[in-house]
Amino acid sequence: MALLEIENLTVEFATAGGQFRAVDRLSLQADAGDVLAIVGESGSGKSVAMLAMMGLLPWTATVTADRLQFDGKDLLTMSAAGRRKIIGKDISMIFQEPMSSLNPCFTIGFQLGEAMKIHLGLSREARRSRAIELLDLVGIPAPEKRIGSFPHQLSGGMNQRVMIAIAIACNPKLLVADEPTTALDVTIQAQILELLLKLQQETDMALILITHDMGVVAETAQRVSVQYAGQKVEEQPVASLFDDPRHPYTAALLAALPERAHSRQLPSIPGVVPGQFDRPDGCLFAPRCTFATNRCRTEPPERAKGDTTSALCFYPLRNGVPQGHPGKEAAE
Amino acid sequence: MIAFLLRRIGLLIPTFIGVTIASFGFIRLLPGDPVLLMAGERGLTPERHEALLKQFGFDRPLWEQFLDYFFAIFQGDLGQSLVTKEPVFSEFLARFPATIELSLCAIIFAVALGIPAGMFAAVKRGSTYDHSIMGTALVGYSMPIFWWGLLLIIFFSGILKWTPVSGRISLMFFFPPVTGFMLIDSLLSGQKGAFTSAVSHLILPTVVLGTIPLAVIARQTRSAMLEVLSEDYVRTAKAKGLAPVRVIGVHALRNALIPVITTIGLQVGVLLAGAILTETIFSWPGIGKWMVDSIFRRDYPSVQGGLLLIAAIVMIVNLIVDLMYGLINPRIRHTGG
Ligand SMILES: Nc1ncnc2c1ncn2[C@@H]1O[C@H](COP(=O)(O)OP(=O)(O)OP(=O)(O)O)[C@@H](O)[C@H]1O
Ligand SMILES: [Mg+2]
Repeated sequence: MALLEIENLTVEFATAGGQFRAVDRLSLQADAGDVLAIVGESGSGKSVAMLAMMGLLPWTATVTADRLQFDGKDLLTMSAAGRRKIIGKDISMIFQEPMSSLNPCFTIGFQLGEAMKIHLGLSREARRSRAIELLDLVGIPAPEKRIGSFPHQLSGGMNQRVMIAIAIACNPKLLVADEPTTALDVTIQAQILELLLKLQQETDMALILITHDMGVVAETAQRVSVQYAGQKVEEQPVASLFDDPRHPYTAALLAALPERAHSRQLPSIPGVVPGQFDRPDGCLFAPRCTFATNRCRTEPPERAKGDTTSALCFYPLRNGVPQGHPGKEAAE
Repeated sequence: MIAFLLRRIGLLIPTFIGVTIASFGFIRLLPGDPVLLMAGERGLTPERHEALLKQFGFDRPLWEQFLDYFFAIFQGDLGQSLVTKEPVFSEFLARFPATIELSLCAIIFAVALGIPAGMFAAVKRGSTYDHSIMGTALVGYSMPIFWWGLLLIIFFSGILKWTPVSGRISLMFFFPPVTGFMLIDSLLSGQKGAFTSAVSHLILPTVVLGTIPLAVIARQTRSAMLEVLSEDYVRTAKAKGLAPVRVIGVHALRNALIPVITTIGLQVGVLLAGAILTETIFSWPGIGKWMVDSIFRRDYPSVQGGLLLIAAIVMIVNLIVDLMYGLINPRIRHTGG
């Protein structure tokens, strides 16, 4: 049994225009020592899925799943109080915007100490020395001084290091980093990623890295889960994903990389991710897919039971060739 | 911090001069003059009227009177009451504690109820609680103080006979003022029942005076809280596994308080204005009632001096609020310089 097991996680938001399904039957697994990357365009439900797992979504969200287990415990049926014992301790999360994710009214030291106080019951002095130790660990110079600083007195990169320190304060078993470097400039990005990976290796925690950056994926991840419009379209080990993408969406993402290793940003594919009001009947990617057939447009592809990683496609690619495709004429 | 303070004090000077002019001019705009009003029903001959005006110096050109007044202020002299012949400043000081006591109780009442009510409404937004709290606040905000005061008197004093109608303490008790605050003096006097009597006299005026600030604070807290609750750092606090009490009461509240503190500071002006009506309704011997009485007597020095002192208090309180704002909001403290 894996550390984190998510099976058919679905999240729906109650909106003015009715129910909106932001995450659609998503399954994921992560084990100690894993580095799993989740990639996908903006709006594909990457953040929402992870927030749902941690129970951090607003009340407008309805979360359902066949299984949502962490360390053998069912997060879904657990009481809110029970879940609060786990999150912040065994599961922690780093957010995209370091500047707004820290409370402007409290010192770094205070915000660092909080989780240690409630989860580990450390005394004031113990929290202080551990906070200094952590700030040192994440590479913040003069940590004794920084402990009394407010977030606005630090740069974005420094704040993100503080966020990382907060996240690892209680030695989590699973760390979710939601686009931890998007808001930072390029040189800082590399440092922060290096730091995350170093910490991951030292503590053997599981790391789920949400990113837009294919370069980051190539350099850091072991496995990659590609998400589109709330669905996982495929999951593969990183090398074979880059070698032989199975889903046309992944292939399009990779093909649009001008020079794979050099491009840092997720490339653009013509068209947009379907929203609440233009959700297709069939495959969600069909309107943008070059191989789409009538079947793709009318019938949603499904995976066999128990299969959570294969391409969610009627004609999965093999070396760029769609398997079992009826041919160009039928595609029209 | 020092520079910030000096700059703020510098800004007060033109305001102060403006207030001096306004307070001097306001009372003279009213028809009638002090001499006529002192003479009352008996009336007086035009010659005697002239002579008395001359005696008080009211026959001189206005600008001359104003300059006299203006320079006297800088020597710390606000003049004497035409009615009691006492210095205006000591008249003011004698009544000020009564107003302070009432205003403090009113603002404590408003804050103690308004902040929790606003927080609760925000956390339960869209619920029946939210709607009823905000509906009540709207009613409280639109209630004319006079009418509201009379309504409470009729109900609690008239029908239920729970509270006294007027004054600061029952006539049964007498002791010399020590601090001027009836709650403290009544305790110090050691007389049995004095404190309870003082409290029961305070309740209705406090509620009447505190109602508008209460409504304003509740509404402001709710909207500040709603804004803050959707901030990223609130999600971070939740992600640490903190209990909702701590997330809302520490992380969100501290940020939501920043605009609320400003609102509370602005209520000081509202309170002093409200005190004029409240003190009149409840015969509360504070500066509000004194101002009204002085206006009716056309006691020029008392009115202009009193208005000036009230304005000075409002300005000082606003300055204090600005400083507190810096304390509670670290971004201002360190960047404002
Ligand atoms: N509270 C909410 N209420 C309604 N819809 C929401 C809410 N939060 C997110 N959504 C919607 O859910 C969808 C998925 O959002 P999500 O933030 O998970 O995307 P993402 O993959 O993380 O994108 P990005 O890369 O931009 O962070 C979006 O269409 C978004 O508009
Ligand atoms: Mg996101």
